[in-house]
Amino acid sequence: MKKLFKYHETYLVIIIIFLSFIITSVNSNFMTAENMFDLLKSNSFIGILAIGTLLVLISGGIDISFAAIATVSQYVMALVIINIGGNIFTALMVAVLVGTILGMMNGVLVYNFRIPSIIATIATMNIYYGLLIVFTGGKWIYSLPDWFRNFAEIRLLTFHTSGGLPYGLSVVTFIWILIIIAAVVILNYTLLGRSIYALGGDRKSCLRIGFNIFFTETFVYSFMGLVAGIAGVVQALLIQTIAPNAIVGKELDVIAAVVLGGASLTGGKGSIFGALLGVALLAILRNGMTLMAVPAVWFEFLVGIVIIVSVGFSSYQQKLKSHKTSIIETAD
Amino acid sequence: MLKIKIPMDNETKVLSLILSSVIVLMAVLSPNHFLRIETFQGMAFQLPELGLLSLAMMISMLTGGINLSIIATTNISAITAALILKAWIIPDVPASTDIWIVMIAIIAALGISVLVGLLNGFLISVINIPPIIATLGTMKLLQGLAFIITKGYVISGMPDSIKFIGNGKVAGIPMPFILFVVFAFLMAGYLNHTATGFNIFMFGSNPIATFFSGTNNKRVIIETYMISGLYCGMAAIIMMSRFNSAKAGYGESYLLVTILAAVLGGVKAEGGFGRVKGLVLSLIILQIMSIGLNLLGVSAFLTIAFWGLIMITAMIIHYILEQRSLLRLSTEKSEVESWKSNA
Repeated sequence: MKKLFKYHETYLVIIIIFLSFIITSVNSNFMTAENMFDLLKSNSFIGILAIGTLLVLISGGIDISFAAIATVSQYVMALVIINIGGNIFTALMVAVLVGTILGMMNGVLVYNFRIPSIIATIATMNIYYGLLIVFTGGKWIYSLPDWFRNFAEIRLLTFHTSGGLPYGLSVVTFIWILIIIAAVVILNYTLLGRSIYALGGDRKSCLRIGFNIFFTETFVYSFMGLVAGIAGVVQALLIQTIAPNAIVGKELDVIAAVVLGGASLTGGKGSIFGALLGVALLAILRNGMTLMAVPAVWFEFLVGIVIIVSVGFSSYQQKLKSHKTSIIETAD
Repeated sequence: MLKIKIPMDNETKVLSLILSSVIVLMAVLSPNHFLRIETFQGMAFQLPELGLLSLAMMISMLTGGINLSIIATTNISAITAALILKAWIIPDVPASTDIWIVMIAIIAALGISVLVGLLNGFLISVINIPPIIATLGTMKLLQGLAFIITKGYVISGMPDSIKFIGNGKVAGIPMPFILFVVFAFLMAGYLNHTATGFNIFMFGSNPIATFFSGTNNKRVIIETYMISGLYCGMAAIIMMSRFNSAKAGYGESYLLVTILAAVLGGVKAEGGFGRVKGLVLSLIILQIMSIGLNLLGVSAFLTIAFWGLIMITAMIIHYILEQRSLLRLSTEKSEVESWKSNA
């Protein structure tokens, strides 16, 4: 029991339960299976991006360009399925291909030229997004094929409310779950996953141990790109229109969610479970505000408070701990 | 023989090279439009906002941190000043007290921005939150606060007495530009000629060594972010006066551009290195490119893509130069090899 309180995740779970309790006491609609499945569906986009971001953060980097990558792959995917046709698999394949290539370019820049990842990805974000708007003129796409529209409505599990309305586990959520499983396997059960943690923990040691840093680093950014491509398709499935400016600007929200989940920006730390809890916390906060009829203008303010309090709490504890273990009083 | 030697570091060399090639390119491509006094005057009006914000970003980056809350700070300060001006000054009726109210508004804007800096500094140094997250938190907090205060509406119609700051000219030189030059010199003086300025560079290179040299690290960080806030407040006043309005969400696209400008100007993202001179050069490059491409009728988004490209090119040139100088210094080849794979 005492051991549990060492984990950042434990505190998150407590906050989430506490928050859910408040929301339910105001509006009992919150704790229904219907609302939960709806939350799982509408947050799958952010959730998918959070998984990719987590891997980059663990490796000690940061990626700002994933929103631009998601936009570009989404747009290319839409152009392909409208003009050439295909099915959901070709759509996903196109998006994944575009996303992975763009992500890989980030990785190559970061590894080969030692450009700090935040700088490299801000630059590539500007390039990807700028060029997309130049080539497409920023036009919105409304005329997605019918099969694409229908796919978003597929449910793997279907229940009915007392009023007879269907709800259940959406296929979009299923895509999210698949990505979570893939990431868990990579991080926890492969050498590659170990090398990602090692790279973030100490680059030099990682190299001396004999890990192929080039591969690890390129993989992390490519995976981010791949995941961003899928997230682009998922977002198109959810919204059913493609607007080049819909996703850009969400970068910091996703990073905030992942950081809430305990990932450290200096690398080497973070877990999938934590990242998902971070996403859940922000999702429940937003959903709860709607259910409790709190004006939407308060959302950002509350997110700020949650970030500062939650991260502040664990950072402060860490500081106290390091003070206790250090022989001499060191710098913070 | 007299030999004039201007001390130039690699940074300045690369930047001057880029700057001159950009100017020549623009002059060749569009001689009738580019080489005109109006073009440069327009630039002098646009540069200061981005310039002051970039200085605010730069000082936080020198300590190895980052300040994501600069735009939110700017907006909340501008909104505070605008609310004071709207509440106490009756438009179109000049009164003798106007000038005092304008003063109060400016002081309030600067005060708020310094307070935000204090909060950032406190969160980073005392609570120990990494700068990027602490300032992300305050960014969200302030953005939210700005929306709550204004409900998303624009506060417009500022009194004439404040418009001079953003739109006035002294001897043909735009007022914002004069302010920017003054504040850039102040920043350079602060960084290079005061003890705290020196400590900021030290902290950026090695916080633990700085601590053991007897520096109060907490004070250095808090002061850094307070100054960063102060520059946001200055940008807020210029922006409010130039746009004749204040609103939550103005200038959000500037945030990442300030990081680009700072890094292009030679500020190291890891901290410890960077000069005001380099930053100003990089700002001029970005501004000339954006105005020049605009004159050529190129889409603003292509300009953004170009900025990214220049950024990466500059970083790659940097990398190659650094590698070369290392090659020259080291006697052992293996050292370079290990640097290549580690750095």
